[in-house]
Amino acid sequence: MRTLLRGFVVALLIVFTVTLQVSVFSHFAFDGVAPDMALLLVIGAALVRGPTYAALVGFAAGLVLDLAPPADHTAGRWALALVVVGYVSGLAKADGAQSVIGTLTIVASGAFIGTSLFALSGLVLGEPSVTVSSALQVVPIAILYDVVLTPFVVPLLLVVFRRLEPAERW
Amino acid sequence: MRHHDSRGSRAVIGLLLLACVTIITIDARHGTSASPVDPMRAAVGDVLGPVEDGASAATAPLTAVPDHFRTVSNLSTENAALQQANARLRTQLRAERANANRNLEVDTIGAFADQNGYRVVQAQVVAMGPAQSFSRTVTIDAGTRDGVGPDLTVINANGLVGRVIESSATTSTVLLAIDRDSTIGGRLASSMELGFLDGTGDVNGGGRLTLSLVDHTVTPAQGDTVVSWGSIHGAPYLPGIPIGKVVSVHSSPAELTETANVQPFVDFSALDVVGVITSQAGSGTTVASGGAR
Repeated sequence: MRTLLRGFVVALLIVFTVTLQVSVFSHFAFDGVAPDMALLLVIGAALVRGPTYAALVGFAAGLVLDLAPPADHTAGRWALALVVVGYVSGLAKADGAQSVIGTLTIVASGAFIGTSLFALSGLVLGEPSVTVSSALQVVPIAILYDVVLTPFVVPLLLVVFRRLEPAERW
Repeated sequence: MRHHDSRGSRAVIGLLLLACVTIITIDARHGTSASPVDPMRAAVGDVLGPVEDGASAATAPLTAVPDHFRTVSNLSTENAALQQANARLRTQLRAERANANRNLEVDTIGAFADQNGYRVVQAQVVAMGPAQSFSRTVTIDAGTRDGVGPDLTVINANGLVGRVIESSATTSTVLLAIDRDSTIGGRLASSMELGFLDGTGDVNGGGRLTLSLVDHTVTPAQGDTVVSWGSIHGAPYLPGIPIGKVVSVHSSPAELTETANVQPFVDFSALDVVGVITSQAGSGTTVASGGAR
């Protein structure tokens, strides 16, 4: 019952984050690149709960990003990218102690992996909107933006995911 | 324990990756025709559209701040450009007064609709996809309930915005003219020459459309206005809607064609109120355009 409730809260969190990303943070876009709140959510999950949980959150958040308007790309591409981001970030967390630099590194590499994988899947599928030059232009800005937002967003996410953690694990 | 954990975890990751690839394959295989994912898209749109609408309305005072600064910086560059243009136009006007009819500026969406007998549904942009997703699409808060559906033309006070590609009950997704997927038939207002406008994917002030003319012996002039030419079946683009003006011309000897960079009249990074043209009164009516006179 409690697990169900927790799942529901995470689902709400995902919807809230994606809505925030497309409706509010799109106004704060730099060169068209908006802060990737869904990606930060997945990394927050990875830092608290580890790779498997983060991959699950990544799958759900990615699917919402893929299907919620105004998404127009082939469905499943963000899901794929965020599953990998969640898994890799969770593994990276397990390897290193939690420090500010460590967290920033995980966010930077997560943003790199996420945006690159999304671009790459577009190139593989031959979607005309994705070109190598546009990807090279977008990826660095996306990484920078996510790293800049980390001190404001990630601590908040850590608190939320810690509260959502089942007590018996401790 | 740890060993077991990582094995189980690997199985979960494997399943998730498989699920992603399956969804991608199913959606990609169906291309533009009806994909099994479409009903899911519509369902999610039905739920999240109003949420996006609400979030956009609730945070309007907050989001107006960056938009304001963007507008100010756009205005100052625009001001400089306008002063230059003004000086040039003055000299041009002295030389050839007849050139005046080139102008087909449209003041407001309403005036445009009245003038051409279109029925226009006004809508607000409530969400915009990030550059990380590469496609240039926005969500507007008008859907099938308001008579908005796929392949309808979307305009704003300055000109052509794009076309509707998908609609749920209360929201629609608009493919912006600037998207790399977007190709619009356009014509030069001065010479009525036909061409195709392709988006470059850049929504910022420097965002351009690429115009390639059908008749490659014609060289577009700088400052020439480009209007939509209209699609054969009346959808998705109606004729005579201002799109942009030619800012530079490139010739490539290898392709024997000349392409022009067209600066769109619409500022795609600061879209707010748009109009969807839902019907045309009197299908035979041609839209008045400068070149026709």
